Amino acid sequence: MKYVDEYRNREIAERLIKRIWETCHRRVTLMEVCGTHTVAIHRNGIPGLLPEQITLISGPGCPVCVTAISDIDCSIALSEKEGVIIATFGDLLRVPGSETSLLKQRSLGADIRIVYSAYDAFSLAQQHPDRQVVFLGVGFETTAPTVAAVIRRAREAGLNNFSVLSMHKVLPPALLALVTSPQVKIDGFICPGHVSTIIGTGLYQKVAEEFHIPCVVTGFEPVDVLQAIALLVEQIERGEARVAIQYRRAVSPEGNLKARSMMEEVFEPCDSNWRGFGVLPQSGLKLKADYAQCDAERIYDIPPLKSQEPPGCICGDILRGIKRPPDCSLFKKLCTPDNPVGACMVSSEGTCAAYYQFSGVNIA
Amino acid sequence: MCLGIPMQIQEINENVATAAVSGTSRKIYLDILDEDAKVGDYVIVHAGFAIHKIDEEEAKETLRLFEDAGMFDHPQEGDESP
Repeated sequence: MKYVDEYRNREIAERLIKRIWETCHRRVTLMEVCGTHTVAIHRNGIPGLLPEQITLISGPGCPVCVTAISDIDCSIALSEKEGVIIATFGDLLRVPGSETSLLKQRSLGADIRIVYSAYDAFSLAQQHPDRQVVFLGVGFETTAPTVAAVIRRAREAGLNNFSVLSMHKVLPPALLALVTSPQVKIDGFICPGHVSTIIGTGLYQKVAEEFHIPCVVTGFEPVDVLQAIALLVEQIERGEARVAIQYRRAVSPEGNLKARSMMEEVFEPCDSNWRGFGVLPQSGLKLKADYAQCDAERIYDIPPLKSQEPPGCICGDILRGIKRPPDCSLFKKLCTPDNPVGACMVSSEGTCAAYYQFSGVNIA
Repeated sequence: MCLGIPMQIQEINENVATAAVSGTSRKIYLDILDEDAKVGDYVIVHAGFAIHKIDEEEAKETLRLFEDAGMFDHPQEGDESP
């Protein structure tokens, strides 16, 4: 596969590993802030290839995982409405709400369809003019513009049975919450690849300059990740904090301006509740009043729900990088991919799921 | 969830294209792509949308950097944001 295979080259990977071992002389903690990186790191057994003084921790990079349980409960409540078809990315289906999950609702007769794109939900609405299709909008800046594009199309097409429950989140407030937290000290960021395709590198410039933490925007193949770690360690050893784009084939400093303007036309920032972080000001996206006819939150007016996190689950601490999955008393015992207690075990990009699935590869 | 896959465009019809990867082709949308794409181009596809046209020269450059023993001494040249 072009643009993939060459970044899985074993010889280059070995040279990068050697370089990391030669360069790293102090204890460093690096955080990856993207669920796809979490999977790439563990699938390829990267922690086990590094010197023991390098600790890799995962941040709040899995959109399904950071979605607050109250939002899951709200989605479940919507699925119970007469005449509604819920359209959602598959990952959200099994996330436990306070009492049930979308998957369980579906087995009880709720009409819940898995889609691969917001456009699939738009098509569903066209095919079922007598039903109301609600798309569950979950994701960061990579996904939000795709949903914005479809909302615009729906309005242009005069589609009056399509709406979006926007639970989208933006990265900057969470990243800034991490760097100002006294609970975790991060020496370098493995910055997300595809979020950065959209937002560019301005945010990381602030992190590097104001907080003196080096940032490397990173691709998703093993050679990409190893090169990023090498670049971070090299900077840390020299006492520098700069921004580098390792993932040059997909990221430019300015980002994707068209996608951003599409997102800004349809959405506006709002306070948003993150699992693990609580409410972060201006960290979510809601539909602007101009697009009220596609805003499920306005249309359905779901009353506030009494949501409750599962007892014993430490997903919140894991998402802030304070704890790791083996620190959780439920991990691998009561909480498994087949019977998940917390969101980080459900999503394919969740930290707990990655540790569970690939633990033979990389950790004790 | 921010998974993105490099796919090659085979056909374009306004904002909809057919793109292929590993022998499988599927419909993708070009609504948020900020550059003109043509048949034969590679794009990163996320949630059914092309989000970026892959820059062949940049891709080669990254691989060339691996060959360059001095890459770690000047890794950021030309890479930093303004």
